[in-house]
This record gives sequence, C-alpha cells and structure tokens, in this order.
Amino acid sequence: MNLKTRSLPDRLHSPRSQVFKNWETLLFAVAVSIFVVNSFASPYFLDAWGLSDATFNFTEKAMIAFAMALLIITGEIDLSVASIIALASTAMGAGLQLGLGTTELVFIGLAVGLLCGAFNAVLVTVLGLPSIVVTIGTMSLFRGISYIVLGDQAYRGYPPDFAFFGQGYVFWVFSFELVLFAVLALIYGILLHKTNFGRTIYAIGNNPTGALFSGIRVQRVKFILFLLTGLMSGVAAICLTSRLGSTRPSIGAGMELEVITMVVLGGVNILGGSGTILGVVLAAFVMGLVTFGFGLLNVPGIVMSIFIGLLLIGVIALPRLWKMFLNRR
Amino acid sequence: MPQQQTLTDKEMTLPILQLSGIVKIFPGVKALDKVSLNLYPGQVTALVGENGAGKSTIVKVLTGIYQPDDGEILLDGQAINFPTAHHASAAGITAIHQETVLFDDLTVAENIFIGHAPRTKLGLIDTQETSKLAQQLLQGIGADIDPSIRLRDLGIASKHMVAIARALSIDARVVIMDEPTAALSYKEIQELYELVEQLKSQGKAILFISHKFDEIFEIADRFNVFRDGQFIDEGKIESVTEADLVQLMVGRSVNKIYPQRQEKICEDVLEVKSYCHPTEFDDINFTLGRGEILGFYGLVGAGRSELMQSLFGITKPSDGIVKIGGEITTIRSPADAVGHGIVYVPEDRGKQGVVIGLPIFQNVTLPSLSQTSQKGFIRLAEEFKLAREYTQRLDLRASSLDQDVGNLSGGNQQKVVIAKWLATQPKVIILDEPTKGIDIGSKAAVHEFMSDLAEQGLSVIMVSSEIPEVLGMSDRVIVMREGRMVAELAGDDLSPEALIRHAAGIGEVNP
Repeated sequence: MNLKTRSLPDRLHSPRSQVFKNWETLLFAVAVSIFVVNSFASPYFLDAWGLSDATFNFTEKAMIAFAMALLIITGEIDLSVASIIALASTAMGAGLQLGLGTTELVFIGLAVGLLCGAFNAVLVTVLGLPSIVVTIGTMSLFRGISYIVLGDQAYRGYPPDFAFFGQGYVFWVFSFELVLFAVLALIYGILLHKTNFGRTIYAIGNNPTGALFSGIRVQRVKFILFLLTGLMSGVAAICLTSRLGSTRPSIGAGMELEVITMVVLGGVNILGGSGTILGVVLAAFVMGLVTFGFGLLNVPGIVMSIFIGLLLIGVIALPRLWKMFLNRR
Repeated sequence: MPQQQTLTDKEMTLPILQLSGIVKIFPGVKALDKVSLNLYPGQVTALVGENGAGKSTIVKVLTGIYQPDDGEILLDGQAINFPTAHHASAAGITAIHQETVLFDDLTVAENIFIGHAPRTKLGLIDTQETSKLAQQLLQGIGADIDPSIRLRDLGIASKHMVAIARALSIDARVVIMDEPTAALSYKEIQELYELVEQLKSQGKAILFISHKFDEIFEIADRFNVFRDGQFIDEGKIESVTEADLVQLMVGRSVNKIYPQRQEKICEDVLEVKSYCHPTEFDDINFTLGRGEILGFYGLVGAGRSELMQSLFGITKPSDGIVKIGGEITTIRSPADAVGHGIVYVPEDRGKQGVVIGLPIFQNVTLPSLSQTSQKGFIRLAEEFKLAREYTQRLDLRASSLDQDVGNLSGGNQQKVVIAKWLATQPKVIILDEPTKGIDIGSKAAVHEFMSDLAEQGLSVIMVSSEIPEVLGMSDRVIVMREGRMVAELAGDDLSPEALIRHAAGIGEVNP
C-alpha cells in the first residue's frame, strides 16, 4: 500500500457562500415583494388579524405538502390526498352520528388517513405499480366512497371543542393551524435534512437502483412516505372539517393540485432527487399572500388561479431561460 | 476441381473493404493501435479476440459511430470516410448488433424501414409499400413473420430475424454480425448459418464476431485476430486449428504485471450449495476461504453477474443454501447482504454503483450511516472523516469530498464504490468486472488494492471476462457456461487455453 497521502478538502465552497444562488433566496425575494406590493395596494393588508386569517389559505395544504415533498423527492407522487381528506372527513362525520366525542373523532380522522396511505403504499411498493396511476385510481375511489355515503347530504353538528382545531387560537393572532404548520415544518425539516432517513430519501430520488445496490431498503422508505402522506391528509382533514364545521363529499376538491403546485414552487424537482422543506414553507407563504392580496383587491378566484399557474410555469422556466440566455452570448 | 478453385480464388482476391493502420484513442486508452482488416466478397471473415481487444471499436468505426484518429479505409480501392452512421449505411455497410436496437411498440415493417421508409407523393410514409417490401425481405431470409405485427409480440429469435431483415433493407454489401447467436437456440443458429450461406452466394462480404469457436470453424472462410487493440494475424481458416487461434488471442506472457501474494487461505467464510435460479443459473456449489481471491470466468451471458446479484439479495434464488461463517443465512435484500458482510461492486457503475447527484462523501457513507450518525441524526463531521479515511486509502482523485460523483472519471467512480463498501467492513467483497472501462493507471491501483485486501483477510470474488486479469489475480477460478459451473481450476490447471475451452465448450459433444 502506498503511503502518499493526498488530503482532499471537505468542500470547496462553504454552504453559506452558495446562499445567493439558492432557489429559496429567490422565493424569499418573491414573497417579500408580494408582501410589499400588497401593503401598498390595499390599506387593509397590514392588519394582524387579517394576515392571521390569510394563513388559513395555506396551512392545511402545507401540512400535506411537507409529506408530499418527501414523496416527490423519492420520485413518487400521491394524487389522492384531497380524496383522503374527503374520506377521513366522511368517516369522522359518520362517527359523529354514532355520538362519538372529539378524541374519538380525531382518532378516526388520523386512522382513515393512515389506512388510505397504507392502501396506496401496498399497491405501489408491494405490487410495484406506478404511483401516478395508483393514486389517480384511489383519488376517484376514496372520494367516490364519500359520495356514496353522503350523496347530496352533509354531516353537521360537530362538538364545540372539536372546533378548536380549525378555529382556535393558541396565542393572540396565532391560530392552532398556524402553530401546527410551524411545528410540522420544523419536524419535517429535521427529518429531511438532519436524519439518515432524509439522506436515504435523496439517494433514492437521485438513483433508486444505486440506492438499492447500496443496501437501502428502498421500498420500505417509500412505504413509510405513503403512510406519512396519508397521515398528514388525515391531519388536514381534521383541521379543514373543524374549520368548516361540516362534511360534504366535495370537501377539499382539487386540493391535490394546489399541494403539488406548492411543492414544485418550493423548488422540489418533480422528477425527484432535490428540494428542501424551507422552499416548501416559502412557497406556502407566497401562495397564501397572493391569494389574500388578490382577495382584498376583489380579484375573482379564476384570475387568482391563472396567476398561480403562470407563477408556477414562470419559476420553473426561469432557470432554463436564464441558461439559454447565457449560452447565446 | 483444382482449376475451379484457382478461378474463384482469383475472382475473390480483391477485398470490398480494406482498413489499414486504424488508430482510435480514448482518454487514457488506445483502443485500436494501427489495426487492419480486409473483407472479401462472398466470404465470411471471423474477427476473434478477447473482451477489450477492440472488436466492438472497429465495428463502430466501420459503421460511422466512431471516427478513427488515424488510418485509411478503402471501399473498392477508393479512399472513403464515414463521418456519420448515415454515410456508412449509404456506402452499403450494415451491422446486426449483439443487443439488437429495435422498437417494441412499432410494427415489424416499421422497424425494418425506420429512417428510410418508402414515401408517397405527399412525403408521408407509404404504409402499403413498406409492408410489401418488408414481407419480401422477410421471405428472402426465410422468416415467416407477419410485417404488421407489433415487435413486442415476437419472441427473441423472431426479433433477431427482424434485425437481420432491417440490416438487409439497405442494399448492403458488407454485413457485420456482432455475436449474432448469443440469444439463439440450436435450431435458430442452424437457420442463421443458412442465411449466412445465402448472403455469401449473393457476393456480400460478412464480418462475423463470435466467442464460440465451433461457430467460427463452421461458417468462417477467413480469420482476423486482435489482441489489446492491436492486429495480430489474419489468414484462411483452414490453415489454423482452435489451439492456434486461442494462442493468437491470448498471447504468451500473461502473468507479469499482477501483484504477487502469499497464499494463506484458512477457514471458509462463504459456502454456497446447490444454488439455483429458474432461468439464470443452476446448481451452483462453491466455497470461499478467508483471504482468498476466487475468479469467475465465462462468456457474456453465462450467468455470472446474475449469480452474484442473487447472492447480494437483488434476485431471489429458487433453491439452495448460503452459509456465512458456517451458519445458514437467508438474504432477502441488499440491506440483508450488507448486514451479513457481503457487498457487491457492480459492473454497471453509473446506474448501480454510484448515486449520481449526491456528493462523494454521501456516496461513501450511504451504507454506513448508522455508523456515522447518532440516534438516526446525521453527523457531518463523522461522515467527512469516514469518507476521507477510505477514499484516501484508494488514492481517489477529486477536487473535494463535496464534489458530485457524476463529475468523476470511471476509475475514480469505481474507487468511490469500493470505498463505500470497505467502510462497512465487509467479510466478502464481490467485484463484477472491476476494471471494465477504466484507464490503465486506475486498473493497476484496483488490482493492487484487491491484493492488499485479500492479504488483510477479506475474501474476494472477482467476476471478470479479461483472461489476464483472471489469471493474474485469482487463487482459484470457476468457469461458468450457460448458467452452470463447468470447471474449477487452480494451480497448474490455470491457463488461458483451459479457460477459453471450458467457457466456450470446445471439445465437448454438441447436441
């Protein structure tokens, strides 16, 4: 064995020096500018209670988006999340009819979320089916069950203490949902960026075969992530049901696309392999602020969705356009 | 009779295609070093040589995929060059590759005429004409295949016939067959021979690449030997024997550049008994001692990689026992295998070896995260320490440990993969074609390192198709053919001739 030692440096650039090249920095700038523009455009924007209300635009979606981000980084996707909300909410409503209390209802919401996630997980990881097809299927299946159970009816009359999850405040203007959002952001941030589990998520997303050949239990990691996404949909179902105070089969319809938009806007590569929780948090704020600001200016909802769509395409196309511009010179 | 012979000889003396002094250099490797090759009309020229001798490279030069760095190509005595694959096919050179490049979701006719389908006046593809011509071509080679059927629905042999029809759909004068029989059954091979005879009678020049000597002696008229990118000899097939060809292929001096070790093999670390797989391998039995290097030799497709991947937990065996350190062990996944101290350095480095997109240090620590972390939480300092320790032992060349592995050369990627496994402190390391496609310098480093590892008591299984490497590194060699172990050689029995004979099944009765 030759004993010449050539010491390799750990890194050439410190992570801090890269901060201005980051996606997150760009998103932060976008969020700040929307905030500034809004505060000039409407006199009602800079109001603590108003801003607090605005956070409800994104908190429930963001809870799911955290788990979804992890799933998308591994190269999978779950399109059934909004339908899981419908099924979980319907199950809670049914429990309500049986006279169950708040604790039991919360348990039902979480359990249904987990079960739905497990169903997706088995189809994808045990049977090896493509997740996009599986979850398009379960998207119809889960919501379909809600429609069969409820028809054009609705469950109402949730107990008063159940209302805390969607309408309660922990401290001053900080709602339970906002605090939960912050806590979950922290938990998912640590999970993805500071643990072995998070590292394996990135490895799988960059090269699932290579990860498998490196002794990573790829299917197990994916299974857990589908479970987590189902569980977070259950959590969102509890918050949303509590906030609305009723369950209809159309609850949360179309939310899956907004969740995925949030994840992709947050800089997560839709093909897997990269992305951060901080990005998703910032994307949540951007989407919430846009919705709130436009609402104050009486911009119709359809224009809002046009704007979000353009924003999404814009932020994804921007780096590529910039590269083309640089190459042309 | 003798008179006729001289007459035909006279007619056929002028080659259609002459290559001389062809040089092709890749970074760090001289793949072709002034080789020459002549192809005669109505004759089959067999190109023989070991893996890495430059056979595939010359095919790529002929078909316009690679441009030679030096040398001359003469077509009918006229100098010509092939800047693109299209130029080569326009000049009437066509190739049937070992892995046929076809499109599963197109029809047979569309596959045959892709890129040069007959057009209608409007410039659209003339489907009827395409079908008709395809039908004619297929009948011409005696293949009873409906041209409108989707390729997906055909068996492997029929797909091969389609590939041949495709190669003939351009008016070819030179047909290159690169291991055409690798996936064919005995009967299909006979049909292929008939086809070759037919092509010969049409005056086409055929370049036939095969590892199987019985085939070469059955259909070739001439031979041409390459070794290590150099032209060795050519001539008429009648003038040589199998033994002569083997001798020419491997040369004489083999054992010079490999590190010498002292054998001190003691107890068995790994024992594999009647290990089977439904399709890939059958009845495998071997033991591996501590500090031993066990070579696995065989032709491509002999089932060596499949066997190793199964031992590593990628594919399930249908039967058999694996004992590690004397205890019966079931390995269901690579994670299990790593847990039991068996690790695998794959042949397909880019896909299975490294995780491109992750930096070097994260690749190295991927299977050892439980070692560098605390209660599941990452400790970067520990990771860098471990990664530095093992990459340094392998003399990795990189700008920093944070560099993406995708930016490293093949040899350095291989070092990262080996470092990754050594960091897990394995008992058995399986290396699958460990030096394939890496430069000479890294090759020597990998060899030296393997030998060091064995000295330190690690057991090594090395799958290799390079005879000098197998002979130079192994204490013992198992030869596989068609999924079975056909020989176990050690000591004086180990010779290039023996390896080639067993791997190709020379001297055995054919069905």
